[in-house]
Amino acid sequence: MRARTKGYWWYLAPSLVLFLAVIVAPFVMNVATSFTRWSGVGTPRWVGLDNYTRLLDDERFWQSFQHNVGLIVAMAIVPTALGLLLAAVLFDYIGRRFGARTAAALRAAYYLPQVLPVAVAGVVWGWMLHPSYGAVNEIFGLKLDWLGDPDLALATVMAVMVWFQLGYPVVIFMAGLQRVDPALHEAAEIDGASWWRRFWHITIPQIRPETFVVLLTCTIAALKVFGPIYVLTRGGPGNATMVPSYFSYLSFFQKSNVGYGSAIATVLALIIIVVTFLFLRVQERES
Amino acid sequence: MRAGPGRWAVLAALVVLAAVMLFPFLVVAVNAVKSPAEYGAEGPLSLPGELYLQGIADFWRRVDFGGKLWNSLVISGSVAVLAVVLSVLNAYALGIGRVRGRLWILVLFLVGNTLPQEALAYPLYYLSKEVGLYDSKLSVIIVFTAIQAAFGTYLLSAVLGQFPREILEAAAIDGAGRFRALWRIVVPISRPTINVLLIFFFIWTWNEFFLPLIFLISNDNQTVPVALGVLQGEKYMDATMSSASALLGIVPAVAFFLIFQRTLTRGVTVGAVK
Repeated sequence: MRARTKGYWWYLAPSLVLFLAVIVAPFVMNVATSFTRWSGVGTPRWVGLDNYTRLLDDERFWQSFQHNVGLIVAMAIVPTALGLLLAAVLFDYIGRRFGARTAAALRAAYYLPQVLPVAVAGVVWGWMLHPSYGAVNEIFGLKLDWLGDPDLALATVMAVMVWFQLGYPVVIFMAGLQRVDPALHEAAEIDGASWWRRFWHITIPQIRPETFVVLLTCTIAALKVFGPIYVLTRGGPGNATMVPSYFSYLSFFQKSNVGYGSAIATVLALIIIVVTFLFLRVQERES
Repeated sequence: MRAGPGRWAVLAALVVLAAVMLFPFLVVAVNAVKSPAEYGAEGPLSLPGELYLQGIADFWRRVDFGGKLWNSLVISGSVAVLAVVLSVLNAYALGIGRVRGRLWILVLFLVGNTLPQEALAYPLYYLSKEVGLYDSKLSVIIVFTAIQAAFGTYLLSAVLGQFPREILEAAAIDGAGRFRALWRIVVPISRPTINVLLIFFFIWTWNEFFLPLIFLISNDNQTVPVALGVLQGEKYMDATMSSASALLGIVPAVAFFLIFQRTLTRGVTVGAVK
């Protein structure tokens, strides 16, 4: 038996080599670089935890993680909550009263933004929100600089991300709802439970596994957000929409402060790994 | 069950939301085919009096959009095929071969897939310069093959873990070697899942922005999202040309969605039945 499984290692070999070269080694190098001062040329100089202590004092660093929290609201919490409601309404209200085709057409409309490359979604909204010729100001008769006003920029980016993200939970939850035993709903309906009560006591508990997956993947996506920030605001105005990924990109390629950028990226990686493990733990305990 | 006007109100609310979601697509399409003069006079919300394709044609020529499409196609296509091949090989060893330590290998792949690309970007940039691959399509292909294969391995290992053993044993008795069994039996039977992975890898790679932005700096190598993202805000991008560029970014994405939709739903349902 041992001999039989041994030969299978050859099938793993190409990937392990590739994985080592493209993911493991670069990640280790990134962590190592975060303990140095390095401009990208010459020899890195070891500075221990210096970059990390400087990070803790850096207002931009804290701001960028605060903005991340806003983006988690916009990309994970709001779309999940709204997605649950929409999926349930489409599935057992619209689907039953107006036909499955109507429900499917509405679902497709909500999903369409999700098929765009996120950078292209940024281009679309950069154009829609343009202060002088954009369609949004034209509709509302306003003259707002949506992305250029420090008080508005983050809220605007958040609204764009809700638009972009909403379709994903709707589609996942509607697929999940097909698992729910219709007898549960019928029994509750006979007992006189209102739609809201059934939504709260049957639908939501039944698609808990999907909810976990959606919350986890969307939270990670929000922590990693880069494309929309690059295209829409470049972290500005000032630092009004600065996020860790863009902050590290700036340190790497514009400020030539590679050690500092690596420290930001390392912290971001740690947060994402911790979030993933926390979610998986909670999920395990639930089931 | 409540009926009557209430249900129409619910439907109306959902239709309004759908209109809001689709509105940007509509406005972009309308203004991409509007002449700058008409745009100047009527603004973004009027319907174009005539079909004006010059804006799209100008933008296409200016940025060599055909070249960008080709770059995206080459990169995404290569990554999809290579990452699927690696995923199949890995999943064969992990799901069917059940090599020792497979749980740890899976965890390693999964963590690798979850890591933010920011934490790999600079070393990859540095290493690619060292080996002379910087600013080449090949560098992006190699990196994304590794990242996508990590996810594919995880998914496909679970599927192949359920693979009916009798079929493989029968093949072994017939004298089929391990590679023959993989190629002639496992791959054809797992076809639906493999197709779904191919499509996912293709679309995910097409949509990538961060690493391609770093690696593909010369015009000749840029992908569609990178070119559009970088050009946003250029001086010559007036209102109609900006909407033309947005439309050119939207069209391929929506086209893939329409082309692949049937395979995806079929693949997903086949997976669910199994």
